[in-house]
Amino acid sequence: MSTIARCRELAATIAAAKPPPMTIMEVCGTHSHAIARYGLKQLLPEQVRFVSGPGCPVCVTADGDLDAIVQIAAQGAIIATFGDMVRVPGPRGSLAEARAAGADIRVLYSPLQSLQLARENPARQVVLLGIGFETTVPSIAVTVSEAARRDLDNFSIYCAHKLVPPALKALVEDPEAQIDAFLCPGHVSTIIGVAAYEFLAADYGIACAIGGFGPTDILEAVRALIEQIKGAAPCVQNCYTRAVDYEGNTLAQSQLAGVFGPTDAEWRGLGAIPASGLRLRDEYSHLDARNRYELEPPIPYDPGPCICGDVLQGKALPAECPAFGTRCTPASPIGPCMVSSEGSCAAMFKYRET
Amino acid sequence: MCLAIAGCIVEIDDLEAQVKIGDTLVATRLDLIGEVKVGDYVLVHAGFAINTIEKEDAEELDEIWAELGGGAW
Repeated sequence: MSTIARCRELAATIAAAKPPPMTIMEVCGTHSHAIARYGLKQLLPEQVRFVSGPGCPVCVTADGDLDAIVQIAAQGAIIATFGDMVRVPGPRGSLAEARAAGADIRVLYSPLQSLQLARENPARQVVLLGIGFETTVPSIAVTVSEAARRDLDNFSIYCAHKLVPPALKALVEDPEAQIDAFLCPGHVSTIIGVAAYEFLAADYGIACAIGGFGPTDILEAVRALIEQIKGAAPCVQNCYTRAVDYEGNTLAQSQLAGVFGPTDAEWRGLGAIPASGLRLRDEYSHLDARNRYELEPPIPYDPGPCICGDVLQGKALPAECPAFGTRCTPASPIGPCMVSSEGSCAAMFKYRET
Repeated sequence: MCLAIAGCIVEIDDLEAQVKIGDTLVATRLDLIGEVKVGDYVLVHAGFAINTIEKEDAEELDEIWAELGGGAW
């Protein structure tokens, strides 16, 4: 059966189930893109509502961190980063603007390339930007432990990593939030496993399904969520068994835990969330970029009409922003959700869904 | 940013593998997964294999990314 025929069949099954009104938050930015690209909202009954969550690491990075990173770049360090960070506007401009003013910004495919940069530039400092969720952190952990083993004294990391489950907990505890179900991220779950979400179903009654990224994968996950809600039997269903198992990747988890420990972290939109970030363990603290640079306190920043903070909490849709598609576009973004290829504003703009 | 792409291991040298993703060979580290051999399929994220997967699943994921990705990822 073709993918389109399978999508139609699944959509018909979902409609026949007569789902009650419900709000599903898709947590992962790649899901936001897939949902927009395939027009899945239009395939589903209108009472099944999707909202985007805080699933784009660049988007949830707080202005204070952006400000610190741009200050470090201006002090002459080579900044080694994944590409999405470069154009995000911050209080003192973006990394792209810093580069135009002479800063040295290098875009990585793998974090290990930052070690190569450090070896090739022994007279300069290289600062790796630690941005990303559980999918990315184990690879950063390997990089940090390798830097320590090799005594690379011109390498450090600015750690602004975030953890997904504490953010989901904060979202469901917010009295203003109206989330009935989570479409849980695919590759974060490859690392953390099904088990990491069980508290959401057990303690908060939230339906959860881990989904893949194809249109039928997502519709299968939606069907599973509807069944949970109709049966009043919330649980965590794994609809991405190709890449996710119950425990997750325990080797990657132990690599992560060997280098990083939990700490409170500031999220754009969601504010400070306990134990939702990562800090270097004491034995690696000499590689902390925060200890190597004199940083001025963050300066006040008003990006103008931008509701990224609300969009990231599922409290507003991108099209409800007065700047969406007019003053704020991917070519000239005001907020991070329009910059990143995973941002929900960029997804909605690209596929012109409103 | 949490994108992961499936490929087949064609060469292994200690913790470094060459993984064939589409028509491209990609240097991939094996620190984060258990023992693998040439011919196994893995999911690759940021230059690291993060899981082993079945061949059929890898092919299906390939199709999904080809359709979803275009050149935008």
